[in-house]
Amino acid sequence: MNDKLYKVLLFIVALIMPIVCGGVVYALVTDAYDAFEHFGFFRFLTSSEWSYTEGAEQYGALPFITGTLMTTLLALVFCIPFSLPVALFVGEYFRDSRIAAVLSTVVDLLAGIPSIIYGLWGFYTLRPIIMALNISPQGSGILTASLVLAIMIIPYASSLSAEFIKMVPNDLKEGAYSLGATRLEVVRNVVFPVAGSGIFSSYVLAIGRALGETMTVTMLIGNTNDMPNSITATGNSMASIIANQFGEADGLRLSSLIAIGLILFLITAIINMVGKIMIKRARIA
Amino acid sequence: MESITPILEFKKTCVSYTKQTMAVKYVSAAIEKNSITAIMGPSGCGKSTLLRAVNLMHNLYSNIRVDGEILLNGENILSMEPIDVRRRVGMVFQRPTPFPTMSIYDNVLAGFALNGIRLSKVEKDATVERCLKSVALWDEVKDVLNKKGTFLSGGQQQRLCIARALAMKPDVLLMDEPTSALDPIATKHIEELLLELQKEVTILIVTHNMGQAMRISSKSMFMYLGELVEYGDTAKMFSEPADERTKAYLTGKMG
Repeated sequence: MNDKLYKVLLFIVALIMPIVCGGVVYALVTDAYDAFEHFGFFRFLTSSEWSYTEGAEQYGALPFITGTLMTTLLALVFCIPFSLPVALFVGEYFRDSRIAAVLSTVVDLLAGIPSIIYGLWGFYTLRPIIMALNISPQGSGILTASLVLAIMIIPYASSLSAEFIKMVPNDLKEGAYSLGATRLEVVRNVVFPVAGSGIFSSYVLAIGRALGETMTVTMLIGNTNDMPNSITATGNSMASIIANQFGEADGLRLSSLIAIGLILFLITAIINMVGKIMIKRARIA
Repeated sequence: MESITPILEFKKTCVSYTKQTMAVKYVSAAIEKNSITAIMGPSGCGKSTLLRAVNLMHNLYSNIRVDGEILLNGENILSMEPIDVRRRVGMVFQRPTPFPTMSIYDNVLAGFALNGIRLSKVEKDATVERCLKSVALWDEVKDVLNKKGTFLSGGQQQRLCIARALAMKPDVLLMDEPTSALDPIATKHIEELLLELQKEVTILIVTHNMGQAMRISSKSMFMYLGELVEYGDTAKMFSEPADERTKAYLTGKMG
């Protein structure tokens, strides 16, 4: 009897999580409905107008989707040359050594720094440098946000990649060494191909982190609502436009912001799901 | 009597993991060309450690020291570049290790790819066919050469690994209990293969299986606690072992 009660209780508690998740999606969909109905789902996605002149309101998500994709992809590009060597250092070259333990702890520490701190650092340290280098006149913009975002996702990409690199069986590496391979050749021809899908999936998860990052991006991207025309231009990401405008918005504008939130939620959910499925596959193989 | 040319010679070879523990102690032995020499002994006696010293596998681990000399055709391996040694001394491991991302075809040629040696398509095809034929795998896989090596059975995978080692035309082939992960039929295939292969390569095989040593080897080493206790003709060692410890091991009183 007691056992049964316990089971029922467990079941109810466990059920709460999917209900909460469903509730979030339901609220997003109902609140975003107005915007989609008014502008049409497809037009909302592809319009780059964002004007709140009363009576002639026009809202489209394209500049912000573009802003999010640009910052995320740039962050990924900047992240790879640092996270991959760190992963190789920790997972292969200095594996199980004290220096690797120190390095991975420090890198993991980066993941624990609150995003507001990254934002402040970016604003007061990186932005003046960008200005001094004449890269962009205002200092803030997509490039600045991407650089800081890259630092933020390095620990996610590198620690998971290192785990997959460590999982490459020693027999296999010795097999390659026994044929006269150098360490570099073993890494290139055995470690990377074997750990490849795992490494790839860790970058997919890192992308998932970058897509939704709000505070840092809001502080550094420049917060303009036009379509960004270069990587040094200012703009807004999906997360940053919501953070900037939700307090003062109502009616159709609020609904449009929530619609952007829904799209962001969907993109992030899909990316994370893909990443997790890939990790599972990589672990089995 | 034909004269014996030692292709490989251990001279007071020692392997130590730390300053205190010596896994192989002052082993001296000469291995004759185109023979199969079995290394026997109970677990932890240093037989794999000795074998792995020959292709400088220990160089991969900073805590392991190898002292003394190991001569390959009169040249001390320990002062040679590991890469050069490993191209001349092939190795087959306990568990088959075909590279999982490569096809059967590419696995045979892996040694060339890993060393950055480019071959023409004709040379590649010829090498793959020659090596797979010499391990009696050609007929079984000639139509599926583009399939992954991991798709083969354990015994086939091990033969693929032998083919991969042979592709580099090594002088010596080291085998670390190559049949311990295989069933009796696959084991029999490999044993027959080794008897055939000794015509082209000198084989040094670590084995737990006394029957196997008796069936395939002409000479045997018996190691115990890191020492080479006895080394001589296999038939003689099995019929009248010179050392009490060898006798105890061979009669199953110690294992």
